[in-house]
Amino acid sequence: MISETILTSFDCASLNWALSAVPQDGSPEEGVSLLGIALRAIFVENILLAFFLGMCSYLAICKRVDSSVGLGIAVIFVLGLTVPLNWVIQTYILAPGALSWAGMPNSDLSYLQFLTFIASIAAAVQVVEMAVDKFSPKLYAALGIFLPLIAVNCAILGSSMFMVERDYTFTQSVVYGLSSGTGWLLAIVSMAAIRWKLRTAHIPGPLKGLGITFITTGLIAMAFMTFSGI
Amino acid sequence: MTSTAAPTVAPAPKAPLFGDEEKRIILDPLLDQNPITLQVLGICSALAVTTRLDVSIVMGISVIAVMAMANVAISLLRNLIPSKIRIIVQLVVVSGAVIIVDQVLRAYAFDLAKQLGVFISLIITNCIVMGRLEAFAMQNPPWRSLLDGIGNGLGYAWIICVVGAVREIFGSGNLFGIQIIPQAMYDAGYVNNGLMVLAPGAFILLGVIVWVLRWLRGYVEN
Repeated sequence: MISETILTSFDCASLNWALSAVPQDGSPEEGVSLLGIALRAIFVENILLAFFLGMCSYLAICKRVDSSVGLGIAVIFVLGLTVPLNWVIQTYILAPGALSWAGMPNSDLSYLQFLTFIASIAAAVQVVEMAVDKFSPKLYAALGIFLPLIAVNCAILGSSMFMVERDYTFTQSVVYGLSSGTGWLLAIVSMAAIRWKLRTAHIPGPLKGLGITFITTGLIAMAFMTFSGI
Repeated sequence: MTSTAAPTVAPAPKAPLFGDEEKRIILDPLLDQNPITLQVLGICSALAVTTRLDVSIVMGISVIAVMAMANVAISLLRNLIPSKIRIIVQLVVVSGAVIIVDQVLRAYAFDLAKQLGVFISLIITNCIVMGRLEAFAMQNPPWRSLLDGIGNGLGYAWIICVVGAVREIFGSGNLFGIQIIPQAMYDAGYVNNGLMVLAPGAFILLGVIVWVLRWLRGYVEN
C-alpha cells in the first residue's frame, strides 16, 4: 500500500511536471517559500538522484573526492548564474507576448527556447572561464579544467528547463539555481567518497566500474528518498 | 565524454554503398560498442524517461532522429568548422535538430511530448550525440556518419526500451498501458514493486544490465 502511494506521488512529481498548471497540494505558486524551494532542490528532488541529470560528468569525475568538490563548486557557480540569466531571457524575449516592451505583443518565440538556452549557457561558461582566468588565476587553476565540461552538463540545461516549467519568479530562480547545484555537489562528493572505498572491495569483474557505480548510486538515491517527508 | 573508441575507417575510394565496413558501423554500436554499457555515454536521459515502454520508444526514436540529422550536418560541415569553436557549432546544430524533433512530436504525439517534457530538450546535452559528433562525424563522410548516428541511436534505444519494459511490467504490471500480470496473481497476494518506478530502481536495473552485457562480452574495466 505504501509503495502505491509513493508510486503515484512520484509520477505526479516527475513525469507530469508539464501538467503542473494544476496547483499541487492546493498551494498557489507565490506561497512556495524560498527555503522550501531550496530544501526541495537539494534533498527531495535532487537533480542527480531523482532526475538523473548530469550523470555523464558525474560518472567521469566521481573517482576522486578533490576533483569532485572542484567540479561541484563550478556547477553551483554556473547554475547560480545561468538559471537567472535564462529566466530573464525567457521572460523578456521568448515567452508568448514577452516582446510587448518592444512593440510586438503577439510574438511567441518559445520554439527557440532550446537554442537560446544552450547558447546562453555556453556563452556564460566561456565568459566565466575568461573572467576567472583574468581575475583569479588561483581559482582558475582549481576550476579551469572543469568549466568547459559544464557547458554540456545536462544538469545546467535541465535546471533552466525546470525553472521555466515551474513558473519561478526571479528570486526563486536564483535560489533554485544555487540549491540544485548544491544538491549535485552533495551527490557527487558522497559518491566519490564511496568509490574511493570501493577500490579495495572484491567485486565481480564485469560489475567493476560502471555497474557497481550505478548500483551504489541507486542505494544513495534510496537514502535521499527518505528526505521526502520534509 | 570518456572513452570513445572511434572505429578507424580506412579510406576506400570505390567503396560499395553498403559494404562490410558500413555494416560494421551500424551493427557495432548495438552490442560490441554499445554507447550506454561500454562507451558510458548518454546515461542522463536513459533513466528518467524509462518508467513506461511507450515513452521509452518515443525517446529512442527521437534520439535516433537527432543523431542522424546532427551527424550528417556536422559531417558535411566538418572541413569548414574551426576547431576552436567546434563545440559551440555542434551545440547549435544539435539544438536545431532537437527543435525539429520537438515540434514534430508536439504536432503528432502531443500527449507523449507532454510526458517527455524537459527530457526531449535534454537530448541536446546528451553525451552520445556530442560524443559521436566529436569521435566520428568530424572525421568521416556524410553517408557513414549517417549510419554511425543511426547505429548508435539504435544501441541507445534498445537499452532504454529494455529498461522501460522491465520497469513497466514490474512497477505497474502493465505493458503499453495494458495489464500484463494476470488479476489472479494480484488476488493471490502479488504486489507491484513500487521501487521499479522510482529513481533507485532505475539505477539498480541499469547497473544489472551493464553487468550482464559486460559479462556476456567478457569486458572488464581496468
